[in-house]
Amino acid sequence: MPVMTIREAVSQALWEEMERDPNVFIMGEEVGVWGGTYAVTKGFYDHFGPERVRDTPISEGTIVGAAVGAAMNGLKPVAEIMTINFAFLALDQIVNQAAKIHSMFGGQFQVPLVIRTTSGGGKQLGATHSQTPDVIFAHFPGLKVVAPATPADAKGLLKAAIRGLDPVLFIEHSTMYQERGEVPEGVDFVLPIGKSEIKRPGKDVTIITYSKMLQISLKAAKQLEAEGIDVEVIDLRTLRPLDMDPVYESFKRTNRAVVVEEGWRSFGIGAEVASRIYEECFDYLDGPIIRLAQKEVPLPYSADLEKSAIPNPNDVVAAVKSLL
Amino acid sequence: MDQAELLRLFKQMVVIRHMEERCAELYQQGKIGGFLHLYIGQEATGVGIVSARGPHDNVITAYRDHGIAIACGMEPKVALAEMLGKATGCSKGKGGSMHLADKRLRFWGGHAIVGAHIPLADGLALADKYHGNDSVTICLFGDGATNIGYFHEALNLASVWSLPILFVCENNHYGMGTSIERASAVPEMRQKAQAYNIPSAQVDGMELLAVREAAEQALAYVRSGKGPYFLESMTYRFRGHSMGDPERYRKQEEVRKWQIDDPIGKVEKLLLERGVAQADIEARESEAEAIVVAAEKFAEESPFPAPEELYRDIYVEA
Repeated sequence: MPVMTIREAVSQALWEEMERDPNVFIMGEEVGVWGGTYAVTKGFYDHFGPERVRDTPISEGTIVGAAVGAAMNGLKPVAEIMTINFAFLALDQIVNQAAKIHSMFGGQFQVPLVIRTTSGGGKQLGATHSQTPDVIFAHFPGLKVVAPATPADAKGLLKAAIRGLDPVLFIEHSTMYQERGEVPEGVDFVLPIGKSEIKRPGKDVTIITYSKMLQISLKAAKQLEAEGIDVEVIDLRTLRPLDMDPVYESFKRTNRAVVVEEGWRSFGIGAEVASRIYEECFDYLDGPIIRLAQKEVPLPYSADLEKSAIPNPNDVVAAVKSLL
Repeated sequence: MDQAELLRLFKQMVVIRHMEERCAELYQQGKIGGFLHLYIGQEATGVGIVSARGPHDNVITAYRDHGIAIACGMEPKVALAEMLGKATGCSKGKGGSMHLADKRLRFWGGHAIVGAHIPLADGLALADKYHGNDSVTICLFGDGATNIGYFHEALNLASVWSLPILFVCENNHYGMGTSIERASAVPEMRQKAQAYNIPSAQVDGMELLAVREAAEQALAYVRSGKGPYFLESMTYRFRGHSMGDPERYRKQEEVRKWQIDDPIGKVEKLLLERGVAQADIEARESEAEAIVVAAEKFAEESPFPAPEELYRDIYVEA
């Protein structure tokens, strides 16, 4: 299997789907001449031309809104919002238009739209540019929210999002583009949206996580392994629809769980996942479900302070040990 | 405009008027829920604009959408059924008064977040341009929407990308209860189009023929590939912003002054001047009334959505 970075995986998915379907096009800030803020669409403008790789003004609400309209009228837009922090400017279009139009008009319109964006902190970008508010978008029925953590998942799930007929918010992690991994060959390598996956089997404690925190959790798993503790790590991959079956199945074996997310703890992924486990697996509980998350502060600029606010492998190790 | 077309549009305006009056009743009876924004007074604008469109042109509007829906060809019974929350409504009872739409009529909705549909119009037009169609997208909105960010972003993008859009501002002088003088830095909404290098015109929105002619010219301009155009139609709503509006923000004399300008009365006068018999006009009025009576009966007798509808159409692919 070829090994590539997440950047290459995302880029390949876009390229292949644009070659495959002439209705797929890209629009967003700096996607064209610049080649993408994270260099994901480098070379696209020259190959596909300005009609299909459309640089936009800095108008997030209208980038998403125009993409919604284009999707309703037969195109398959991949709109790019440079970072999820700017998606708040498009929040109305995402939640009030993209997520509603299919159902609100009785199913007569489809909105086959992908919104690509980046999330996450750790780059000293200050409080407004470092957030991980993924969960906010997962609140809304009608929208699908995908957040992959490996090159294979990034490629397979992005292709699924583009080929699908529903609006998808596709969240990439801003610090993970250089992550490498194996990606199955073939233009039709597509993964199903809405499926969690066990990324590391184990028997002692279940760690439920996604995106960058998968990497952190797998590092913790290695440390724990050295101490004879065998954790199972589940990657949610999709936040809506949330696939809990592998989580329940795992929890019924381990009876202990830690949920690790980069965003804030209050009203977060951990709260949702833990509640569902309590509801479905009450008789299997051997301890409280632990939620690891970002400290409840706007992320500071100064490097060490910023780092201290985001969960690291040692935090995960400590949380797991506290359950045993 | 020939006599037959003028009579057809007259009848359409009367259908809208009757339907809206029935809506007010049905709202007071508690049969229509939520918000209800009536089109009474603005009929010449909606009918004049939409009747000028070609068969493949798109129409998209805001929440004061009943008149636009009828002008696009929606049957009153389907519109009323929607407002009554019935399964036979255009949106299967999921949308309500503010969300009428019919894809087959290229009527892309009623949208209830002020200004949010203006970017959607950019996208509709982009798709047609992308596919090489010569369709024009007609995007209607109120004067209030010209103060929201979407308006400015979407006009800018439409101009930068030279999109085939006819922007139509239905200037009824009030954004809810706030007059344009109190809300807008410029007295004419079309002045805002100048900032985006979009040519514009203003028209008397109470005069059907004037609106129609202005719309024809504007559509021809856009269809020629020159990019978007902005038309401001000066109009007035005779009723409140929505039902339950105490109307403390305007004087009854002002409303009465505009009511003298009744767009339907003006078309009737024009028909008489052109020698159409009073009996022919009255016949159209009776037909319009009968359509609305039958529509209401259909809507009342239609079933409510089945309980299992609750989970349908949330996603195309669940």
